[in-house]
Order: sequence, then structure tokens, then C-alpha cells
Amino acid sequence: MARKSENSHKLVVTCLAWTIGFLIFFPILWTVLMSFKSEADAIKSPFAMLSSAWTLDSYAEVQSRSNYPRFFMNSVVLSIGSTVLALIIAIPAAWAMAFVPGRRTKDLLMWMLSTKMMPAVGVLVPMYLIFRDFGLLDTRTGLVIVLTLVNLPIVVWMLYTYFKEIPGEILEAARMDGANLRSEIIYVLTPMAVPGIASTMLLNVILAWNEAFWTLQLTTSKAAPLTQFIASYSSPEGLFYAKLSAASTMAIAPILILGWFSQKQLVRGLTFGAVK
Amino acid sequence: MATAHSRTAARLMVSPAVILLLIWMVVPLGMTIYFSFLRYNLLTPGTSFAGFDNYYYFLTNAAFWDSLFNTIALVVGVLIITVFGGVALALLLDQPMWGQGIVRILVIAPFFVMPTVSALVWKNMFMNPVNGMFAYIAKSFGLQPYDFLSQSPLASIILIVAWAWLPFSTLILLTALQSLDREQQEAAEMDGASIYARFWHLTVPHLTRSITVVILIQTIFLLSVFAEILVTTNGGPGTASTNIPYLVYAQSLLSFDVGGGSAGGIVAVILANIVAIFLMRMIGKNLDA
Repeated sequence: MARKSENSHKLVVTCLAWTIGFLIFFPILWTVLMSFKSEADAIKSPFAMLSSAWTLDSYAEVQSRSNYPRFFMNSVVLSIGSTVLALIIAIPAAWAMAFVPGRRTKDLLMWMLSTKMMPAVGVLVPMYLIFRDFGLLDTRTGLVIVLTLVNLPIVVWMLYTYFKEIPGEILEAARMDGANLRSEIIYVLTPMAVPGIASTMLLNVILAWNEAFWTLQLTTSKAAPLTQFIASYSSPEGLFYAKLSAASTMAIAPILILGWFSQKQLVRGLTFGAVK
Repeated sequence: MATAHSRTAARLMVSPAVILLLIWMVVPLGMTIYFSFLRYNLLTPGTSFAGFDNYYYFLTNAAFWDSLFNTIALVVGVLIITVFGGVALALLLDQPMWGQGIVRILVIAPFFVMPTVSALVWKNMFMNPVNGMFAYIAKSFGLQPYDFLSQSPLASIILIVAWAWLPFSTLILLTALQSLDREQQEAAEMDGASIYARFWHLTVPHLTRSITVVILIQTIFLLSVFAEILVTTNGGPGTASTNIPYLVYAQSLLSFDVGGGSAGGIVAVILANIVAIFLMRMIGKNLDA
């Protein structure tokens, strides 16, 4: 009897959860479906649209008309470039703070976090002028630098929380066994640190890919990533639903897939280790 | 373990990050403060000292009060939806069910959609009064389609932003729920505590900290919502959906008023700092634990 009610409870929960999950996911699903329709079918009523013929025309059109690969490459270069640069700067810092903590380490971490609290508009004007005067407007170099700095505090924090979980005793044990600093780093610490570094990298690529303040303000075409590419559909091209859908699908697909692998890291990274 | 030698090494390892962030903090912000006291327009040559004029004009402009109200409405509106919705969804997803992993993936997906995409998809495919999905639904019930973005622009933007942030709160609260002590729950159940008593006296206190974290972190991000407004309404009609970041952008990069825009930027920094103080305290406390 108890078993039966347990199962019916599970059935109700399952139906409810799937319905809500479906509704939340629906806008994305609808966009993907619409991207495989012709422009004329896309503005038909929802049921007529679903039953119309499938086509890849919109994808071909987007590719040929808007130079999509360039925007895509810019997104890749900006997100990976800024992530790698941030890691190069952050790994030593997080390492030192986790393994050789001083009296001021905590204050330093809090201060780094506080730089993240500064709203971007607060420095919009000077950044725009600095970029203009140094010829960095609409260049990948300029944006990689800005995105690196914007995400550096999160990267340091995330790495710090991961490094802190590596037990210090293991280092002492290695030292007792006669390991020198080099072999200590190569054989003991690196293997333990790699998962944390990989998670940090993943989350940061996602954040940089979707960054939509600086990328919109500081680029126009040459260095513009996908956020800017999609924004160019805001009007009046947004009325071409199938093309907008195709462009949107291409812009979000890579990161959606990466994102699904990073759920845990997301929680940890975005709450600065407060929720694990 | 920490010798003088390793201390020096540690300092060297930390310094690049610190120096870069220090420059990033001090130089542009210092320039913003400096510009905010200047009469400085990119269209007219020369600058002159303006005292607090820029602040005076920015703060007495009706658009500022509108956008301050809109900023607060946007933050509070999204927070209400995402916190209550997030708690409900997290409680639901924490139950045993079939295909939990897949539902989780469906629910989390909107968070990975870039802001410009989510705003445009909602604007065109759903809220458009002629061809949008909502218009079809309204028409099929014999109702007049509603033009969401021109008739209630702010509420529509709140909906779009809340859709993007609901996964975040759900995911964090779900993570917190899963660390809840099952044995404690079972013990309470054995002692005859009702499901409501268990919810109020065990689950809610356990979630309080995570809810605080969700509220504070989302507030930081929501205070600077920009792309969603840029691609849907451009702040309009009038100033009906202009928030402070958008107002500063419009003043500095659309009207080329560097002085006024900078004063607005400083006002935004001050507002964000009020929120930040609470957040830093929260996380600082957690660091000790």
C-alpha cells in the first residue's frame, strides 16, 4: 500500500516537473524548430508552422549574408583568449593564497571580490575614451584585456576554493619522501589541481561568451562577437523569424552544450564558494 | 611550513593579479570622477570645470528618477519571481522522479542563452503583437493581441530577465537542498512532525543562507541589466523602460555628454556599493566558517 502511494506521488511529481521543465525550455526549443523553416512558414500559426516542410535555407542565408564565421571566430578568440590570460594571471595568485596564506590573504580576496561589484557603467566613459585614444575600439586585443579584467576576480576566487581543498599534508608527505619543489609541483600538485582549473576555465568561457555589456559597447564590426551579431537583428531584420532563429541557434548551441556540463561549477563559481 | 623564502615567492605570485586589478579599479574610476566635474562634450571642443553642475543636472533630471524607479522595479520584480519560483522549483526537482537529470537540463538551459538572443527571441517570436506566439494564443481565444513591449515595456523586460535568471536561483537552491540532512528529516518525520512543520522548521532555515546569497548576487547583476533593454525597447517608450545603466549609456555615448554621463556613472557606483557592502559581509562571514 505504502509502495503504491509512493509510486503515484512519484508519477505526479514527474508529470509536473516535466511540464514545467518543458515550458521553461520552450522558447529555446521553439527557436531551434523555427530555424529549420522557411521565412513564409515561420510566421504562420504555430500548428501550421510545425507541420510545414523542414529546410536548411535560413542557415545558408545567414552564412552568406552576414559573415557569420567571423563573428563566431571573434567569440571563440575573445572567450578563450580572455580565459587563458586570466588563468595565467590567476593560477599563481590563487596558489600562493591557498598554500602560503598570510595575515592579509582574506582581505585581499575580499578586495578582489569588491572590484566585481563596480558596475560597468561607472567606467564606461573613460574606457570608451581610452579605447578610442589607443586605437583599441573594435579590436580583439582590447576586448580580450577588458574581459580578462572583468572576470579575473571570479577566476581567482574559484581557483582559490579548489586549491584550498588540496590537503597540505600531502605536500609534507612528498617532501619527507625527498621530493624537491619541481617534482612536488609536477607529480603531486598538478594532478590534484587540474580538475579545479578545468572547471574554472569552463565557467569562465561561458561567462565571457555571453558577456553583453563591453562587447556591445566597444565593438562594431571587426572584432564583434556573436552578442553583437545577434543585436544587429534587433530591427528590422528581427522580423525575419527563420533567419533570426538560425542565427540565434548558432550563437547559443556551443555554449548550451558546454553549460550542461558545468552545472556544479556554475553554482560554486557564481556564489564565490558560498554554496557548494 | 611558510618560510621567509616562500613568503616572498607568494608575494611575487600574487602581485600581477593585484596590480592589474588595482589599475583596473583606480584608473578608469578616477577618470570618471574627474570627468564628472568637467563640462565636457565630445561634440564641442574644450573642457571647463563644472563643479557639481553635472550631478545637479543628472539628479534633477526627471529621467533620472524614472530610471531609478525602473532600476529598482526591475531588480525587485526579477528577485520576487526568481526567489519564489526558484524555491518552488528546487523543492519540486528535489523529489524522486523519473528523468530528473533531463528535467534539470531543461530548467537550467535559459541561463546559458546570451542576453541579446533571449531578449530578441522573446521580443519577436513571443511578444510581437502580429506574429508572436502570445498574439496567436490571444486571437485563438477571440481576444485582442496585447503589445507587450510598448504597452508594458518594463514588465515585459522583467519577464525576459526573470526567465534568464530563474535557472540560477533554482540551481543554487537545489544544490543547497541536496545538502540538507536526510536523517534529521527522517527523525522529525518519525517524531510525528507534519510536512509543513518539517518545511518551516528544517527546510526554510537551511535555505535562508542560500536565498540570501541568491538575492545579493542577482542584485549585483540585475543592477546592470543593459543588453536586454538595448535590443527590445531602447529604453522607451519615453523613459518607461530606461534603467540607470541605459540612461548613462544614452547620455554619454548617444548624446556625447562625457561630464553628465560620468556623473551618472558615479551615482550608479554609489548605488551598487550600498548593495555590495551587504554582500561582502555575507561572504566574508562564510569565509571564516
